[in-house]
Amino acid sequence: MPEQRRIIFRHIDEPGYTPELGCYLRHGGYEMLRKALQRKPEDWIDEVKKSGLRGRGGAGFPCGVKWTLVDRKSGKPIYLVVNADESEPGTFKDRYILHQDPHQLLESIMITGFANNVKQAYIYIRGEFPHGARILERAIAEARAANFVGPNVLGSGYGCEIFVHRGAGAYICGEETGLIESLEGKRPYPRIKPPFFPAVLGLYQCPTIVNNVETLCHVRHIVEIGGEAYAKIGTPNNTGTRILCVSGQVQRPGYYEFEVGKVTLGELLNEVCGGPLPGRTFKAVIPGGSSAKVLKFGERFKGKRKVGAEMVEFDWGVEDIPMDFDSLALAGSMGGSGGVIVMDDSASMVEVLANINEFYAHESCGQCTPCREGSLWMKRITGRMVHGAARAEDAALLKSVADQIAGRTICAFGEACAWPTQSFTAKFGDEFKSYEDSKKQGRAGAAELA
Amino acid sequence: MIAPPKPELVTVNIDGRDIAVPKGTNVIEAALRLGIDVPHYCYHPKLSVVGNCRMCLIEMGMPAVDPATKAAVIDPATGRQKINWSPRPAIGCGTGASPGLHVRTTSQLVRDCREGVMEFLLVNHPLDCPICDQAGECKLQEQATGYGRGYSRYVEPKNVKPKRTALGPRVTLDDERCILCSRCIRFCQEVAKDDVLGFIDRGSHSTLTCYPGRRLENNYSLNTVDICPVGALTSTDFRFKMRVWFLKQTNSIDTESSVGANTVVWSREGAIYRITPRRNDEVNDTWLADSARVLYKQVQADDRLVSITVGGHAATEGDAFGKADELLRAGGVAVVGSGRSSVEEAFLTRLLAAAARAEAWIVARPGEGDGILVSADRNPNVRGALVTGLVSTLPEPMLGELAARIDQGLVKTVVSIGEDLVAGGLTAAQLGTVRVIYVGTHRDATSALAAVVLPGLTVFEKSGTFVNQQFRIQKFLAAVPPVAGARDDLHWLSRLAAAAGGAAPAGDVRSVWASLPAAVPALAGIGFDTLPDTGLLLDPTPWAGLKFPEGRTLHYQPAP
Repeated sequence: MPEQRRIIFRHIDEPGYTPELGCYLRHGGYEMLRKALQRKPEDWIDEVKKSGLRGRGGAGFPCGVKWTLVDRKSGKPIYLVVNADESEPGTFKDRYILHQDPHQLLESIMITGFANNVKQAYIYIRGEFPHGARILERAIAEARAANFVGPNVLGSGYGCEIFVHRGAGAYICGEETGLIESLEGKRPYPRIKPPFFPAVLGLYQCPTIVNNVETLCHVRHIVEIGGEAYAKIGTPNNTGTRILCVSGQVQRPGYYEFEVGKVTLGELLNEVCGGPLPGRTFKAVIPGGSSAKVLKFGERFKGKRKVGAEMVEFDWGVEDIPMDFDSLALAGSMGGSGGVIVMDDSASMVEVLANINEFYAHESCGQCTPCREGSLWMKRITGRMVHGAARAEDAALLKSVADQIAGRTICAFGEACAWPTQSFTAKFGDEFKSYEDSKKQGRAGAAELA
Repeated sequence: MIAPPKPELVTVNIDGRDIAVPKGTNVIEAALRLGIDVPHYCYHPKLSVVGNCRMCLIEMGMPAVDPATKAAVIDPATGRQKINWSPRPAIGCGTGASPGLHVRTTSQLVRDCREGVMEFLLVNHPLDCPICDQAGECKLQEQATGYGRGYSRYVEPKNVKPKRTALGPRVTLDDERCILCSRCIRFCQEVAKDDVLGFIDRGSHSTLTCYPGRRLENNYSLNTVDICPVGALTSTDFRFKMRVWFLKQTNSIDTESSVGANTVVWSREGAIYRITPRRNDEVNDTWLADSARVLYKQVQADDRLVSITVGGHAATEGDAFGKADELLRAGGVAVVGSGRSSVEEAFLTRLLAAAARAEAWIVARPGEGDGILVSADRNPNVRGALVTGLVSTLPEPMLGELAARIDQGLVKTVVSIGEDLVAGGLTAAQLGTVRVIYVGTHRDATSALAAVVLPGLTVFEKSGTFVNQQFRIQKFLAAVPPVAGARDDLHWLSRLAAAAGGAAPAGDVRSVWASLPAAVPALAGIGFDTLPDTGLLLDPTPWAGLKFPEGRTLHYQPAP
């Protein structure tokens, strides 16, 4: 069985480990901040670039590159915004950091702030995490009292304040420019890019770094072992560890931290998570949060991929796909936010899609036409299929509606809501076409379960 | 004239045609210069770009360069530099012109995008065009003819939203028709500076509404109706009154202040139904105050003067001029002209005053400026009176000098061109010692006591020009025929000048313009029929010493 490597989750669920500062300090807390302050800020940007750290929020954008894109010539303040709006269905990793190890995040924020000359950092936490927000507030107060946060951190002359901002419960606030609008007190309508790239025109039209909680936490560990050593963890171009959140129809759902690319989907589901429920077989898996395209057990993925300097042929089944950004992209899906959602043969794919579509129709911000109208339309089609009359032509209609959304919206929500429908109808088209009949015969697989 | 700064031009290629446009010009505007229409809803040339409707999606590409050498990559097939086309469509409104930008607006992808957006916009749209006021000038209707499907694939129930919300005293909202383009919201924030509109709820259930406890009642609220691309925001005044395609459009000028906002008067069979702004980027952009839109109601007002009277009794034109002749030739004449008269009328008023050897005054109408399109000078044409030489100084609100002359017994007859002398400060006692010849449009204290009343025309029934606060001469045209009984003020003025023993051109606007350029130096070389729709700037230097009352308004900065 592949071994977990817990870096970020080192102390998660550890008996006796508390979110208090004292506990964190006993475990070597804030030593890395002390270490970081000894060197030039730019050095740490270089170290993070060397580490190859990629964003864990969804897009997998290289973190160090993001930092270098920040406009440092404008003379405007640079803001750091921590995206703690963990709301991609199937994803539950940041909440454990916030609830159980908040100082790990705060230390990383302070190091990142020091590296990027940030004087104010905001943690935008989703509205559904009131408890997390309270823990963070308390942790910030503790860290401030101990001079790890504040105007003159550890007497170094560097100062930075951290503020917690609670969202009001909207998925779209996880989109970085929507988040920024919300942080500014407006409706979280994502901004058009160009011109509003956060690195140049972000929060209050100032250069802004927006990083996911998990991504940022890695910074502390990069400081600890150095960028080059960190880059050796995981696989080339997919460095470090990442937390995989497994949910759905498996024996042992939960969160697991692995070196990126060192575990395959098959190993994860069959060995780590104990395989399918008794008497069931896996049917499909969404590997990176609900917006990632679904993978169907039994399909094959063939092509060439880069290994080192060479191009190597690959021929994978779903079980063979390494859980890293590039491999999942080669399989036509994405690593996304690390939310792995598993469906076995008892699941009706029409009903799963109806559930997903309902979510996206509810969460579309309504700013731009294709997503606003398309997501609701798709919800109404799948809703009618499940609760009313499904028509044979609905699969084609769903695909057509989704095709009219993807790639044509202001933000990536367009893809997020279109990809499930596109992939479900493409891979499980027969199930959609015969859904009305299967309903009459009882739910798909329901008879067997009984 | 100070030459405007030359913008930096860049060449872009749209559908295979090159065009040089100022750097940063967006694709919609650049395409427009080539006569290519890029359909859009949320984009408005005078508002910020938000890119939410997605109707203006286009394909864009940039010339390929070798990343290492930066040398142009040549396409062997064409011998020209290869174009790297972006796989994702981009919004035309948010894509600025940069050197070498290539755009396709007619490709299959672009067509698919437009058809997709059209379908999405219509799925929850009520499709109630037969009872919708916007029909005929609705962008949704227009684009549906080009990109609509003709049938619906949508079989689910549509969204239900509020149908007739009074957002304010003049604007009615049908939320089901709203396509959430946010033009009205941006207008209120950016132009009217009265941030009262916003969306509530989310997704397709988003609903336009006023902030709690607020109403859309600023003096620019009806601009939201103008810019609403669909029938969501309608004018409560115009609602259900008339199909727009029956209406005749006539260019006119707003007379409520010296801003001189450009307007279109919409009329049918002699009746005016509405007034909307006409774009003039140097004066009012695409905006117009609400207060300017109700002025047409004065045409059919109950207190309109519609018959010639002599001594308070209806009379013929012959009788009236018999009396006027007698009064004007008896000497002791004073003329009260008007800052509301057109340039042509001011010119004839001057000729009348000269013929009658009379002094002439006009009456000031001070008010408060709103900093946008209503200035502190509520006369539309004080500068016209200056330019034509009717007066040489700025007017006072009260006719103090005239009152003094009357008290001294120097005045026997006062000719008033539409100015109420009582409102101008003359007392009943003073007016009792003089005879009044009144050319006016509506009954007032002066018309009641005048010896001779000659019913004139409102701005909507006649043609002419005004000179606005910028010294811009702008033309207005007759939208509707005069009400029965009234005649062009120019006709009355021409006859009065003749009655006073002077020579004046015939009383119509073209006859006056036959002699105006020669007689008025500032108008040399200008012709009424050749005057551009957006007007011409006159040289203001002869009047540079005057202290005009206007403060800053849109496109106008007072001299320091």
